[in-house]
Order: sequence, then C-alpha cells, then structure tokens
Amino acid sequence: METTDKIVKMLEAILLFAAVVGIILFLASRVRGKKGDKAVAALFLLPTAVMVLVGLVYPGARTIYESLFDAAGSTFIGLDNYQTIFTSSDQLTVLRNTVLWVVVTPFVATAIGLLYAILIDKARIEAFAKALIFLPMAISFVGASIIWKFVYEFRPEQGDIKQIGLLNQVMIWLGFSPHQWLINSPGNTFFLIIIMIWIQAGFAMTVLSAAIKAIPEDIVEAARLDGVKAIGMFRFVTVPSIRPALIVVLTTIGIGTLKVFDIVRTVTGGQFDTSVIANEFYSQSFRSDNQGLGAALAVMLFLLVIPIVVYNIRQLRSAEAR
Amino acid sequence: MTTAGAALPMTTTPTIAALETASGKAKKRLTSRWASLAAAVIALLWTIPTFGLAISSIRPERQIKTTGWWTFFSDPQVTLDNYRTVLSSEGSTGLGAYFVNSFIIVIPSVLIPISLAALAAYAFAWIEFRGRNLLFVIVFALQIVPIQVTLIPLLTLYVKAGLAGTFWSIWISHSIFALPLAIFLLHNFMREIPKELVEAARMDGAGHVQIFFKVLLPLLTPALAAIGIFQFLWVWNDLLVALTFAGGGNSVAPLTKALADLSGTRGNAYHLLTAGAFVSIIVPIAVFLSLQRYFVRGLLAGGLKG
Amino acid sequence: MALRLSRPPKPLHLIALGGALTFTLAACGGSSSPSATGDGAGDGASASGECAAYSQYGDLKGKTVSVYTSIVTPEDTPQIDSYKPFEKCTGATVKYEGDKAFETQVLVRAKAGNPPDIAYVPQPGLLAQLVSTGKAVEAPKEVSDNVDKFWSKDWKGYSTIDGKFYGAPLGANFKSLVWYSPKMFKDKGYQIPTTLDELQALSEKIAADGKSKPWCAGIASGEATGWVITDWMEDMMLRLSGPEEYDKWVKHEIAFNSPGPTAALDKVGSILKNDKFVNGGLGNVKSIATTTFQDGGLPILDGDCYMHRQASFYAANWPEGTKVAEDGDVFAFALPGVTADSKPALGGGEFVLAFSDRPEVKAFQTYLSTDTWANNKAKASPLGGWISANKGLDVNNLVSPIDKLATSVLQDPNAVFRFDGSDAMPAAIGSNAFWKQATSWITGQSTKDTVDKIEAAWPK
Repeated sequence: METTDKIVKMLEAILLFAAVVGIILFLASRVRGKKGDKAVAALFLLPTAVMVLVGLVYPGARTIYESLFDAAGSTFIGLDNYQTIFTSSDQLTVLRNTVLWVVVTPFVATAIGLLYAILIDKARIEAFAKALIFLPMAISFVGASIIWKFVYEFRPEQGDIKQIGLLNQVMIWLGFSPHQWLINSPGNTFFLIIIMIWIQAGFAMTVLSAAIKAIPEDIVEAARLDGVKAIGMFRFVTVPSIRPALIVVLTTIGIGTLKVFDIVRTVTGGQFDTSVIANEFYSQSFRSDNQGLGAALAVMLFLLVIPIVVYNIRQLRSAEAR
Repeated sequence: MTTAGAALPMTTTPTIAALETASGKAKKRLTSRWASLAAAVIALLWTIPTFGLAISSIRPERQIKTTGWWTFFSDPQVTLDNYRTVLSSEGSTGLGAYFVNSFIIVIPSVLIPISLAALAAYAFAWIEFRGRNLLFVIVFALQIVPIQVTLIPLLTLYVKAGLAGTFWSIWISHSIFALPLAIFLLHNFMREIPKELVEAARMDGAGHVQIFFKVLLPLLTPALAAIGIFQFLWVWNDLLVALTFAGGGNSVAPLTKALADLSGTRGNAYHLLTAGAFVSIIVPIAVFLSLQRYFVRGLLAGGLKG
Repeated sequence: MALRLSRPPKPLHLIALGGALTFTLAACGGSSSPSATGDGAGDGASASGECAAYSQYGDLKGKTVSVYTSIVTPEDTPQIDSYKPFEKCTGATVKYEGDKAFETQVLVRAKAGNPPDIAYVPQPGLLAQLVSTGKAVEAPKEVSDNVDKFWSKDWKGYSTIDGKFYGAPLGANFKSLVWYSPKMFKDKGYQIPTTLDELQALSEKIAADGKSKPWCAGIASGEATGWVITDWMEDMMLRLSGPEEYDKWVKHEIAFNSPGPTAALDKVGSILKNDKFVNGGLGNVKSIATTTFQDGGLPILDGDCYMHRQASFYAANWPEGTKVAEDGDVFAFALPGVTADSKPALGGGEFVLAFSDRPEVKAFQTYLSTDTWANNKAKASPLGGWISANKGLDVNNLVSPIDKLATSVLQDPNAVFRFDGSDAMPAAIGSNAFWKQATSWITGQSTKDTVDKIEAAWPK
C-alpha cells in the first residue's frame, strides 16, 4: 500500500463515519417533545452500545465463564482457580502488591498533580511548566523502561566500575554504597509504583488544571477580599470547586493502576515478589498456557473495581439529590 | 461550585479584612516564592529521568553501556549515530512508513470514539430515561475489562468479517477500548454545566441536537481537547492492539512496533531505543502544546456569563 | 509526505547482488514457465544453472507466502536475503514479518483463525501448543525426507507430536559454550579445561590468584528473567546424569525434585552461588539477578572477569570492534563434560511450522529444509551469528570462527546433542515456574525449596 492509498483509505473511513453520525443527528432532530426523548437517547447510545457489547461485554462474560474451567479450557472445575488465587502464597503476594498499588498510586499521583497545577497556575511559563510534567505521559512504555533503567540500575563498588543508574550515583555522592533497589520485597514494589506516579501525575495535572481554570473568577476574588489565604483558598475554594474532577481523576488512575502491567513486566518481569494481578493474568494466560487461572485473575480485576464503582454511584446519587 | 461560596468564612470586619489583604499581599509574595521553589523541585524531579534519556541518546553505545549519562558533562562525547540508525530509510530499520501508519491509525481512532462518546455522554447527562444511571455505571465500569481478554474474540470476528490485517480492525478496536473512559470523563464535564442553561434553551424550543451543538459543544472545548490528547497518546503509544490486529505484515504496523523491534532480536541494542523514544515523543508533545491554548483560563466560566 | 515503504524497491537489491542475478531475474521474468526449463537461447546456461535446484517447486508466479517470526533487526535482513533465490526462480513472493512479541501473538492469531502461512517456532513446547489449536498442518513428505537426510534423528523428534511430524528445524544455536579472553588466559598461563573437575580447579585457581573473579553472569531478561539459569542447569543435568536421565527429566518421567536434577542445580550453585567465583565486575551473587543477560559477559573485556557461560548467539553481543576469534579479544570453549572424551552439547533452534498446505507454502517449506537454503543463508550472513544443524551446511560458508566451532560440534556424530529442556517442558514450567524459581534461587532460596516448588507447579 502506498502512502496516498492509505490516506485515501483513512479519509474514506472518516467520511463514512461522519455519514453515520450525520444520519443519527438527522433522525434525532426529527423527533421532538418529551416522548421523543427516549428515541433520542436510544439513537445517541446505539453506536456505543453495539461496540461495547461486542468488544467488551461479550469478552468479559466469556472470561467469567472460562474462569470456571481448567488450564486447557476443557474441564469444568468450579471455583478451583479462585481457590488457587486465595491459597497459594505466590498469588497472595500478588494480591498484596495489587492492593499496595491501588492504594498508593491514585492518591499520590493526584496530590502531586493537584499541587503542581495550583503552583503553576497563572505563572508566566505555565505552558512550558505543564509540558514538563506532561512529558512522561507522552513517552511509550518502551521508552519509560529505559529511562528508569538509567535510574535504578546497579553496578558494584569495585575497581573503576562506574554507576549507570542515577539513584545509586546519588547514593555514592552522599557517601553511601550503591543499593539494589529492585530485589528486596516489598520495598521494590514502591520503586515500581514511583514509575506509575511519574506517568500519571501528568494526567492528574492536566485535568485538574482545566478544572481549576473553570472556577469562576468572582468566587476567587470574593474569597480573596474576605482575606482567605493560600491554604484557606485551597481548602475552601479550590478543592470544593473541583471535587467532581478530583473524583474523576482518582477513579481513572485507580482503574488504570489496577490494569497496569507493562511497568512490572518490563522492569522486573514480576520477579522478586513484585507481580500484580494484571501481570499475573497476562503471564498465566499467555506464557503459562493456563487459560482458566488467567481468566480467574481477570475476574479478580472485575471484583476489585467494584468498590470504585460503588463510590461513583454514591457520588452520582448525591449529585442528583442536590 | 455553589458549596465554595457557602464555605467561605464571612466573619471578618471590613477594616480588618483590608489590613489582612495588605499583609496578605506581602505574604503572598513570600508564599509565591516558596511556591515557585516547590514547583521547580517537582518539575526537576519529573524531568531529570527523561533528561538522562535525552543525553543518552546522543552518546556512543559503549559509553551508554558502561558509564552514567551524567558523565557526559565531564567527558562530552557526542554522536548522532543512534539517530542516524533509527531514522535511516535503508533496510528494515527506517521509520518513515511507520510514521505514516501511526498517523493513519491515530486520526480516526481519536475522532470516532470522542464523537460517539460525546453523543452517549449527552444522553446520560441530559436526557431522562429509565435505567439511565445503571447503564452509565455499567459502561464506565467496563474500563476494567483488560484488553487482552478481548483480543481473541475480536480477532475471530474480524477474520470472519474479512477485516483482519486492515486499518479498520485497528480503528474499531481503539474506538471500543476508548469509549468507557471517554464517556465517563465527558459525562462529568457535561454535568458541570448549569441546568438553567440547558433548560432555557429547551424553553426556547431547541431540540437535543441543537442544544448539543449550540449550547454544550462550545463549553466543552477544553474537555474535548483534554480527552483528545489522552486518546491520542494512548493510541500513539499502543503496541498491543496494533500488533494483534495489524497482523500479517508491516504495511499497517505503527511506529511503536518498529521501535520495539529496534532493540534487536536479543534485546541488546537498547542504545537505539534511546533515540527511538525521542523520535516518537515529538508528535505527542507537539499535539499537547498546540492544544494547550484551548485550556484558556475561564473559558468555561466566561461562556456561562455570556 | 513522500515517504517510502520500509523495504527498498527491488531493483536496488538486484544491483547490490550483482549482474549475474539481474540476468537471472530477466530470465525468470521473461518466461511464464519455471526458468529452469529454459525458454530460448537468451537465457543462457548460467541462468538455468542458477535455478536448476528450484525447478522442483514449479511455477509460483503471483503466489505469496507469509512468514511470521521472532527474528527482528538486524538478523532479519540475512533471513530475507536468503529467500531471494527462491523468489527469483519460482516467482513467488515471501512476505516476512518479524515481531518481538511473536511468542504470545502467534498463539492469539492461531486461536482466532488468523495464522500466518508459516511460523518459525523457537520452542518445541510452543509448537505443541500451536498444534493443539488444530490450525497447524503436518509437514509434507518432501520436508520429512529432507529432515531424514540432513539432520540427526533426535532433531526430528522435537517437532513430532503424537507420531505426526510437523516441521523441519531452521536455525540452531549452541548453548554449551564458555566465553573467555584468550589473551588473559595466555598472560596468566591458564589452560582451557577439558573436564568439569578441571573447570572447578581453574575457577579456584583464578579466585585465589588475583583480584578479578573467575565468573560473571546476568539473568535479567524482562519477563523471561531466569532463563539463563535454566540453561546452566540443563547443561549440568546432561553432564552429571547423562542423556537418558535428561530426557526423563524433561518428559517428567522423573520428578523435578529427584536426586539427579537436585544435584545438577547444586552443581550450578557451586559456581553461580559462590561469592568467591562471582560476579566479576558486576557485584555479589545477587547482582546476577539484576544484570541483564546481554551485559553478563561484558566484564571480560575490561579484565574484571574470566569466564562467561552463554550460547553461540552471544557473539552478536560484544560491542562493535571486538574481535571474536581464537587469537582475538574474546573466544569460547565448549563447556567440558565429566570426562575429557564426553562431549555433551546443549542447543536450541527454530522449527518451521505451516498453517496452510497450499502448493506455494509447501514449496517454501521444502526449500527451507534443504541444504541449498542452509548454504544460501550462511552466505547471506556476512557478519555471521547464524548456524544450523543441517548436515548439508558447508562449514566453509560460515564466516565467523565461533559459528564454525559451534557448527562442527552440532554436526559431530560423536557428540551427544540435546535440545534445551525448558523449551520442551510444559509452558507452565518452561516459561514460568522454572524461570521464576531459578530467580528466587539466585537471590537466596535453597536448592531444595526451588526444585520442590517447580515440581509442585508441574501441570497435572
């Protein structure tokens, strides 16, 4: 395929898609009144519903079904796979690590993103300052794994051997000896979490910064006239105003963290007790050829997301009550 | 937003308030000095690792593998060989065609899900129907389905439909995976728009389509820009989706595939990855900077007043 | 954007290959029948001579064969080049796709009904998994005959499942090698050991002699971290217990925690977990776990380490400018056996698995199983780094001394050859538990716990 062919193909696709959306909008604009509401909602939701049912609901349901079968997917074994997850010491470590990740990452990443968004708000070089924190988000996982190799890498203190990892070089500059950051559990999990925080803070910063900018100027001005200082401003103006955005950011990073496995896979390969559910799911399904256990681990992810979902339902309800 | 005003302490008398504002200004300058320092520290911590990669990308292979990148400052050895190898259009290491593929993949994969998500989010936020919240929560919870469990069912489907190995399979897949998060984010932004605005439009006899385009869309620009950036990044940096569905040759494979293969069969050529990572990062950064002007202060609030 | 596709246009390659081949193409292109039959005076004798070996494949003009492999840059170029004669003489097109994520992707594609025509499968275990999807097809008789002719019997067994033969071996690698610096050995007067005991004695001597340690190693390899130790253990198992016990171990006819394997791992431990012996230039025993396998042998160049056990492909890992030869910067000797005359050889390799029985696929599969291809491949690899156990491969076509050494061992009828055992074990062991426990072992877990845990993980 030549480049022009590809571009033509892409334009065709976009036009086709625009036509579909056009038809939906046209039909929707023909129905009026309260009774038409349902029809409009159905039209607006139809494409999403079809895609999500085929692409996510069906595979998800299939996964739940497969989790009740053995490694080859041929014999029904009930809840044995789940029993494995909750009894084998390896799998329990995996659960512990996952909880650590989900508890630490969203809050720290959001806190840093929020702090930074406030600090650089209205600064002269705001665009540039934001781009710096945003940078890690733009780097692929392949790039990120090398970046962090140059931070955590260990070389012994002997002869004229030089450190390659920055962290160990800093240790030496400070008069300590180099340390192997990634071997000792559970500390190593925190060093991996730092990478995720490094990536996700940019997401938090971007969304929260947009939310902060949406706070009406008069509220801020009124508060300032009332003598509210920086910390008070943060507590009584900023945070309440951007509360919905904060919840969105925490939720999104939380779910993203549950699913993350690239970091673990590329940096430690899940060794040294650093594996998390998503990584274990991947290695059981695709490396160990244990379809059943892999599926059961995926279902564990579905279960772990429930608290986050419940919290969001509560928020929806209370927002509606207002 | 309304809670903010209520939470303000209103007890200070005007004179004291004026005094405090004066001292507040002095203090503000002080805090802003500390604030600048804190911001600088965060920015520094966040940038140093990437900076190390940037320096490494212009160092010779042997240097990269035996000394730390900071050695560069005491013993600067510069080479463009890494970039030359990565960018060379001879042999299988050239990146040009992959760049094109990445663009072909990313543009529809951003446009399609965001448009569809905007429609769906509108329905969830502004149209009353039974089971609305339940449906919304289901859609948003679908974010958790790991992409890996969808690969075999989806690919089977594409094979049957004759779409396997074409761009279509990649566009559709990316759109599906993006929908739950995009709907969740857009729904949140839409709900923050005051009810009165929408209701006023309805009183004037505007239908849903008109409200969507005339009232909501202008206010949603920052949100759309933000979500657009994230979807762009996700697709641009994706390897798995493209690998699975683009199967059958490099004619539709994106840049990430080429970059992953750069490290070589034995994975020992990671000095090339340093340059490769920077080649691939240019586009997302350009997109981020060009979309930044949409995050203008008070865009949303200003729109509300007018 | 005037960007070109990644592959250079064909004419360029032809020019590069020289006039004779351009002439051949003209001959092939000019006739609709296979050029070997000739179609007039214009062809000339050399053209039909070039293509004579390909006449058996018939005319495949306009046909395409897709190949999916884990071989990516820079090793992909010699692969693609080695298909050129076949493409030229038969008119077929070979569509090559290299992918670092091959091992997981090929399963996904096979299960979803979208397999390539041909896949190069690097492990017998994965081959069995692919066959069990029901999408793979048996190898044609021509391939089977070629394998009988050019390979020793055990190779055929690795890709035979339930009595059905699925694919010919392609490339190979030789794992029982110890890399060393000939110069350092010469300076110190060290002799290349010929038995395991001599190797142990040499290690002791080096450790006692100087500040540099005898061994260096690295096992980090992303999600595959630990595989280096599995190779070590297989080598020791093959030496200490012999090939028959080795086979039983791989097939799980003896338990993983039985005395044989336990002794083998202990033997590995006497080197790798011995703080006096490791980890030259890289730290203590634990540093083995975090050093990448690519970096594991590099301290030899700086004189910080004397020996590094790694397969023949490690030749590609030395930095540019390193001379790999008996009189160069680094070279390798075969890891000795228990006695000086025993020559146990551990190796690996890829197998050609087809998912289609279209004539052009069969033809290409057959071509890959011939001595013609093996020699073409050797000639297309000017930098070396490729070997095969194909007995029809002329060692003189190989350029690098290490390839010649490795091939001569693989072709030696007296050598006891065994395929990498972990690659033939079930995936739950060979690409998960074995790696994982081996890594825990190097960071402190006892040998007994290690073999017990692997035994417990064996699929029932």
